[in-house]
Amino acid sequence: MTTKQRPDAGKSHGRSTSAFAPKCTALWLAALLSLGVTLAEAETPTRVVSMNLCTDQLAMMLAAPGQLISVSSIAHDPFTSPMHIEAQAYPTNYGSAEEIFLLAPDLVLAGSYSNPTTIAMLRRLRLRVEQIDLVEDLSQVATRLREVGEILDRTAEAEAAVDVFEARLEELRAPVPGGPLTAFYYPNGYTLGTETLSHEILSAAGIPHLAERLGRAFSGRLALEELVMADPAMIITSDPYPAASRSEEILRHPAMRRLTEPHGAFVAGNEWICGTPHVLAALEELAHERAARQ
Amino acid sequence: MTRLTGVLLAIVGGLAVLSLLVGPAGFGPGQALGALVTGRGEAVTLVMREIRLPRTILAILVGASLGMSGAALQGYLRNPLAEPGLIGISSSAALAAVVALQTGLASAFALALPLSALTGAFFAVGLVFALAGPRGGSLIVILAGIAISALATALLSLTLNLSPNPFAVSETVFWLMGSLADRSFAHVGLALPFMAAGWLCLALTKRGLDALTLGEDAAGALGLPLARLRVLVIGGTALCVGAATAVAGAIGFVGLVVPHILRPFVQSRPGALLLASALGGAAIVLAADIAVRLVLPDRDLKLGVVMAFVGAPLFLHLIWKTRAALA
Repeated sequence: MTTKQRPDAGKSHGRSTSAFAPKCTALWLAALLSLGVTLAEAETPTRVVSMNLCTDQLAMMLAAPGQLISVSSIAHDPFTSPMHIEAQAYPTNYGSAEEIFLLAPDLVLAGSYSNPTTIAMLRRLRLRVEQIDLVEDLSQVATRLREVGEILDRTAEAEAAVDVFEARLEELRAPVPGGPLTAFYYPNGYTLGTETLSHEILSAAGIPHLAERLGRAFSGRLALEELVMADPAMIITSDPYPAASRSEEILRHPAMRRLTEPHGAFVAGNEWICGTPHVLAALEELAHERAARQ
Repeated sequence: MTRLTGVLLAIVGGLAVLSLLVGPAGFGPGQALGALVTGRGEAVTLVMREIRLPRTILAILVGASLGMSGAALQGYLRNPLAEPGLIGISSSAALAAVVALQTGLASAFALALPLSALTGAFFAVGLVFALAGPRGGSLIVILAGIAISALATALLSLTLNLSPNPFAVSETVFWLMGSLADRSFAHVGLALPFMAAGWLCLALTKRGLDALTLGEDAAGALGLPLARLRVLVIGGTALCVGAATAVAGAIGFVGLVVPHILRPFVQSRPGALLLASALGGAAIVLAADIAVRLVLPDRDLKLGVVMAFVGAPLFLHLIWKTRAALA
């Protein structure tokens, strides 16, 4: 996993709800009727359900009006979803097989790390499920756009999005490396390694990453005292969620505060989580930060 | 100062130094202690003064509070099985602390966290005492504790499950098992005043607990103010366990193991056992906290896990002995 949490639905976020209950009977019938169609051919899908934060974004960007009928519940969460405003237009699902089956989709978009039991159950129910892989470097953003464009039968839209993305990425890519030595430090002392999308974003901005110096390819816990000893000049962290948690308390530890003086920590927003064109916003912010700290 | 106190103080001192020297950041003991005292070397000083020192101090404070509470409860109830963790005081305190954190009360004013936890602890001790009655039969105390503990644990899980914070649920294990990882001087400042008040209350029970060994009636005949003693034990335990749990989670078995080990050294006098158990508690929590850092340094192993390895077999042994005594 490259990011601070799995971008799948079915987490205990519990912020957004939508009332499916009254429609259930009708949908159940529709589900039964549509089985025949699903079996016949994977034509242009017309009822697409996405159950993963990252496929939510790609589907919302590329789908034809009316093609996408549901997004994951965390797509509405402003902390993790850069498209939470657009997502308000779609009903949400919590990623359970029963709920998704009753929506009678002819295509389910999931992440490669979505709950395997749910995916297996949906396939058993003869639904078409496409799993989209994680993005580990920036060139894969275009690959994923094309992949989802193909699946949704929206290749022209995908190509257009790829062109815009690649052009802007070239503009933003820092020609000269420099800037403060940076570490990612998230709740529970979780730090990111070099084989992550966040590392790619940092590198595109030309900023040196502490994990590279420490030779940490994988993400994992880094003790606060190890972080202090490495003495990074900038720390990228996350916004605290509402209601207190001990996991996040480490980010307010006096040692952490001393380490981030005088600029304060850089807060990674919701654009950092998924490998979609939204990473450009992260890159843009990072470029500003680098300029401000020089 | 008795010889026992001297020995225990030396053990606590030695373990405290060891605790300051154990950690993942790779620097030598000389450099570590040098930076702690002189402040040379910015990063090392920061690690020593802001990360390891508060952790060590908190281990001493929490251990002393739990050890002393255990000794006082056992002395008052005349029951070697009475222990803050086993009779649900710690879990009630943890529940109240979690409620204060999740409702935002603790962020509105900082003292709300320890105050809430000690209120939770106070209700649990009060309830156990009320159910146990003046004679404090072993079985009733333990059964009441099981019920209170089960309810508090369930409500704690429920509260964390309902939290809008995605990290909260995974914290159930911290609140039920306890940990001192990454605690700061803010936590020391929060807990210390309440703990100090608790120690004072419990220290005042010294003569009362000794008199109580003669039996309640004889103690009453000697002019022992039983009601005052009861209030001091309840209040002192609530203050100690509440403050300790608010900052470190529920750490079980300290109050069971320590008085049991030290009782022979004080000729079974419950009054003398109070100070000895405070020092012994500090030593055992320091040792456990060193162990969690040495055994699984990257995993934030919980203190309660280590304590249970030591405490649970002893608990079974004590039940065996109690059974033999009843037969």
